[in-house]
Amino acid sequence: MAGAVGPDGPVTIAGSGSRGGGVAGVRCVAAPSGIDWIQADEMVVQCGAGTPVAELAAALCDVGQRVVLPDGGTVGGALAVGHSGIRRLGDGPMRDALLQARYVGADGSVVKAGGPTVKNVSGFDVCRLLVGSRGTLGFLGEVILRTRPIAQHSQWFTVDADDPTPTFATLFRPVSVLWDGAAVWALLEGHPDDVREQAAAASMRPADAPPSIPTGARVLTEPSSLATLGSLRGLPDRAAFVAEVGVGVVHVDDESAIPRAARLPASGPAVVALRDRIKHEFDPTGRLNPGVVVG
Amino acid sequence: MRSGVIGLVDELRSALAPDRVRTGSTELGLYQRDASNIVGVAGVVCFPTSTEEVRAAVTIAVRHGVPFVARGAGTGLAGGATPMDQAVVITLTKMNRVLSVDPVNRLAWVEPGVLNLDLTRAVAVHGLHFAPDPSSQQSCSIGGNVANNSGGPHCLADGVTSAHILAAEVVLPNGEIAVLGSEGGEVDGYDLRGAFVGSEGMCGIATRICVRLTQTAPAVRTMLFDFGTVAAGAETVSAIIAAGMVPAALEMMDQLCVRSVEEYIHAGLPVDAAAVLLVEVSGLPHGLAHDVDRIVDIAKAHGCGTVRIAQDEAERALLWKGRKTAFGAIARIKPNYYLHDTVVPRRHLPDVLRQVYEIAERHGILVMNVFHAGDGNLHPLLVFDKREPGMMERVHAAGDEIVRVSVAAGGVLSGEHGIGLEKRDLMPLMFGPADLRAQAALRAAFDTTGLANPTKVLPSAASCGDAHEVPVGAWV
Repeated sequence: MAGAVGPDGPVTIAGSGSRGGGVAGVRCVAAPSGIDWIQADEMVVQCGAGTPVAELAAALCDVGQRVVLPDGGTVGGALAVGHSGIRRLGDGPMRDALLQARYVGADGSVVKAGGPTVKNVSGFDVCRLLVGSRGTLGFLGEVILRTRPIAQHSQWFTVDADDPTPTFATLFRPVSVLWDGAAVWALLEGHPDDVREQAAAASMRPADAPPSIPTGARVLTEPSSLATLGSLRGLPDRAAFVAEVGVGVVHVDDESAIPRAARLPASGPAVVALRDRIKHEFDPTGRLNPGVVVG
Repeated sequence: MRSGVIGLVDELRSALAPDRVRTGSTELGLYQRDASNIVGVAGVVCFPTSTEEVRAAVTIAVRHGVPFVARGAGTGLAGGATPMDQAVVITLTKMNRVLSVDPVNRLAWVEPGVLNLDLTRAVAVHGLHFAPDPSSQQSCSIGGNVANNSGGPHCLADGVTSAHILAAEVVLPNGEIAVLGSEGGEVDGYDLRGAFVGSEGMCGIATRICVRLTQTAPAVRTMLFDFGTVAAGAETVSAIIAAGMVPAALEMMDQLCVRSVEEYIHAGLPVDAAAVLLVEVSGLPHGLAHDVDRIVDIAKAHGCGTVRIAQDEAERALLWKGRKTAFGAIARIKPNYYLHDTVVPRRHLPDVLRQVYEIAERHGILVMNVFHAGDGNLHPLLVFDKREPGMMERVHAAGDEIVRVSVAAGGVLSGEHGIGLEKRDLMPLMFGPADLRAQAALRAAFDTTGLANPTKVLPSAASCGDAHEVPVGAWV
């Protein structure tokens, strides 16, 4: 892969294309695919960034484990885009799953970031920068990811509610809490008796599945701005949004439906300048995924 | 004081307040080191009370071309807060307010000088706590936790500090103020928050920090197992994790440690055992009972002698006191100690521990082990009397070998103490030149001045100039 990237000229990378693929009209490379090893007792796995998420999930399932990556596409694509799935409330951000990366830098050299153990504070945390960087700082080649045990029992529940707060306050460390303005859904995991008692305490009934997630846009808000979203209930189609409670992510069909006051403010000039300096330090000639601006 | 920078002190006094900018020998002496044994030289110590004052101090230091070092409670163990080259020490202890708590969304904004345990106490009324709990949690500050990406026993299940920092307002070395991250913990764009956490004061100074608060479990069980061999204890650790359980904490103490702690706190610890395992599980009652049964079965299958389950909160607190005061207890054995911090894959714990004992014995040094076994996070504690001729050289050599065998076993240089000065020159054990260049690039983007706590973390070849040696007396 490093040879394919080479030392100069514009270059882009694509996995399966499910998250948008590479930059059009630019020479395209692909990351290696395949699982190198699974160490179940260490709860870590190493694979090529081009490995399909589904392939990794199936292999880990065989040892009773899973990885905190959203479904679909490749491992590298999921990490490069950096969007957590709807389990983020319980799982934590997916960026924390990346323990070590070997990536190809702008000069064509192979660079290692992070380390193979879950606990590690050896040096600067370049891994955190790579997740969500959309291939603008380096192209992921091979990654070591943290895994987690698959819970004994996992079930969705729902309750009608025009305010998700009481339900959210009642549940103990739910994996996901979703709200569409009219009802709350919660994913609870653990011992079946605990799950049942938790749901009962929150007056929730079993649900077959979570609500369908609108795919128009994934909008970031402050978690405390849920109340502002309540105004969306007046819209003709009140199921037009699904909010991840406690996380601040809102999925909508029509992005313009989210009030400006509920959105994260735009990055300030100091953050924009810092972002530009990082890009320049890692890719001085702007050859990696040219034209892609992150944030 | 270095010549030519008298004006620096005057400017600092003018920007802050005369009594919060100190140059007396007492203050300079107090702030010349952190909790490591590496001694530097402070030029001036200042105590800002606001973001604007921090910015002023940074700007003035940079204008004079003088390095600056942020400092919290000074409990760091790797020399990260040791001032080099007569640096301006910017002490954040007066910025110690909990600014706001949002119990609904489980987050709080705090100033960097808030002590770790004080934060947990402040939010306990809401059934919440701050999950990272270093052994120094009574005295370490949140700002220091952020700088070092600190850990603690309960990070096994809940993750280290980075997983609990949603956002930070940072004074960048160029004097700009940037808010990194968001209350939701995610932004469109690079994870600048993630890059900042753990950067050991070399990327700027956090002046307001948004922390994620964790729901306190309704039920908790704390168990103590004893084993006839260290290997049996270590294998039990691996077996618990391999069975699909992630306990809240999984801590191990060896015999020398147990004995010294028992003399100190009289908790009825099994002093004849080769190793003791402290296991805590927390959560909802049914899952908890299920896990306790399985963990006891696993421990017995690995030859556990006695099983002690804390019967009440007082007994639980006593068992944890034993773990968290282990370092205080060793003063009864020898006057000096040196604490190491490496991580190895759990399955290599028995072998690496065996090598640690061999290394210590070969150098004629006592070693006791008390560590975060669930994370594979070793803390070999070398215990000695530095007045013995040649002892310091032996301690250095033994420590160096311990780090090398840990990395050779597939581990890392540091699990929670950081690199600082202590392990700076060992970074090439883990990272090649291209890897270190990438880390230097990250740092250079944040610090365009090169004056934010320079000479730490990155070996000199990677940090563009500044070929400072670790000072005489430093323990690597």
